[in-house]
Amino acid sequence: MTDLTQTLARPRARLAGRLKLALCLFAVLAVVPPLAHAAGEPFLIVVATRMMVFAIAALSLDLILGYGAMVSFGHAAYLGLGAYAVAILSRAGIDDLVLQLLAAMAASALFAAVTGAISLRTRGVYFIMITLAFGQMAFFFFVSFSTLGGDDGVALPARSTVLGLPLLEGAQGMFYATLALLVAVFAGLYRLTLSRFGRVLTGTRESALRMQAIGFRPFPYQLTAYVIAGCLCSVAGVLLANQAIYVSPAYMSWHRSGEMIVMLVLGGVGSLTGAMAGALVTIALEEGLARFSDHWRLGFGLVLVAVALFSPGGLSGLLRRLGLVRDAT
Amino acid sequence: MTDPLLSVQNLSKSYGALRVTQDVSLDVHEGRIHAIIGPNGAGKTTLISQLSGQLRPDGGRVLYGGRDITRLDMAGRVRLGLARSFQLTTLLPGFSALENVALAVQAREGSSFRFLRPAAAEQALNDQAMACLADVGLSDRAHRLAGSLSHGEKRQLELAVALATQPRLLLLDEPLAGTGHEEAAHLVDLFARLKDRVTMVLIEHDMNAVFALADTVSVLVYGRIVASGSPSDVRADPQVRAAYLGEEAAPC
Repeated sequence: MTDLTQTLARPRARLAGRLKLALCLFAVLAVVPPLAHAAGEPFLIVVATRMMVFAIAALSLDLILGYGAMVSFGHAAYLGLGAYAVAILSRAGIDDLVLQLLAAMAASALFAAVTGAISLRTRGVYFIMITLAFGQMAFFFFVSFSTLGGDDGVALPARSTVLGLPLLEGAQGMFYATLALLVAVFAGLYRLTLSRFGRVLTGTRESALRMQAIGFRPFPYQLTAYVIAGCLCSVAGVLLANQAIYVSPAYMSWHRSGEMIVMLVLGGVGSLTGAMAGALVTIALEEGLARFSDHWRLGFGLVLVAVALFSPGGLSGLLRRLGLVRDAT
Repeated sequence: MTDPLLSVQNLSKSYGALRVTQDVSLDVHEGRIHAIIGPNGAGKTTLISQLSGQLRPDGGRVLYGGRDITRLDMAGRVRLGLARSFQLTTLLPGFSALENVALAVQAREGSSFRFLRPAAAEQALNDQAMACLADVGLSDRAHRLAGSLSHGEKRQLELAVALATQPRLLLLDEPLAGTGHEEAAHLVDLFARLKDRVTMVLIEHDMNAVFALADTVSVLVYGRIVASGSPSDVRADPQVRAAYLGEEAAPC
């Protein structure tokens, strides 16, 4: 925990650098499908899609964890809410992606508003515990939801359509739809963190006392951020369900929430680009290491230990130290 | 005499058996500088914290502009024009000096539920913030991170942030502590100039500054006000000399 708090206390700077890096990431991602086809390894497109789905989830968590210093250990609940929105709506015959996204976001906003209003009455370790508890409540709700497969989850009849068009059918369509949403989420959050609202959120992270002493009551801003983060994470959930054509409560288990925090710590919190890179690398390592050995988690653990010891700022901290990205103030 | 801007009535606060504020009553009149002095541990900061809303008193009332604000929180009091500076600087270390002040301007101007427009591009915020920085003599440090400023500069910035809230009454908790000779002189000068616009409650150990600035001095010893009056009266009070000035009267 100490590493995390130290990382949170680090000054927030780096502007132009992180934006440039993010654009580079997007550019590289955009050419993955043709390269994968050329290399004769089309399954890489599927892997890259999963990477981007989790990048969206990690971005949303970075808003509350990195910018708001609210360490939520129940963020995977929104991944699950998004996924189950797809399952429930498609069972009701609604298989349009736009409608599913709206429903997922509405459900997540409601869940986040209620649980956030309660959780934000606590601080520190208690906040972590109470968000974990709400996350597990959501998890067990869907575990006992037997008409949707309960513990086993449920396979979807097909991927969603986009305004009536089967755009997501192929791996490539799924990939580019995910990339488009990833870019949109990043751009939105990037703007938000620089806005008046973002300043209040970041200021509260740095010193809640100072914010009160200039006339701000932090609660409504923190709760709003919490709701926005939940909504955006549910977008990842909708995509995850479509990518796997399958929905299960495992998406929202506390392991997933923990994994999202790991992504942030690995990439570096509070810069958005770091969260995105952390998610991409985490999923890549999972997939890559899993091919070498069933005990890949051991290798991943070693990577994390190395990051914690040698680069507390995560990947973005490492790049900064190597001088590849300069702090822009 | 007109009604006081701030009226403290029988305020008391205890931590267990330790009575840190005992039946404190004092009036602060508009346009004055009211200094509160006392030895270390007399409960000066605790008193300021109760006036600013950071701590809730156990008993007594705080009236501000005739309104009972005893149960109002700190943010609410700031919006009424009652601001404070902290003894231990409480700045946003990862924000630049300008951003620290601009955020205080933003708090009172317009909604902060704006999500898209970059706050750094809002000229109105920056202009007002720059004016406050100029007031305290920090213009050339505007774009430095608050965390990287020197101790004295942080004290100045702390004051600029408080000014940016456009206070009617400013609670200053040892604003000169840890500042260099020149910075202190600059700040004393600033307080003298601000006096027309802002009423001040000043906690300070620098007796030269206190007697140069204050219109009224109250002496706090063990949470109790033992004397209150004009600087010359207080200076002559034998009880005060014994309790306080005797040990620290030597010019510093």
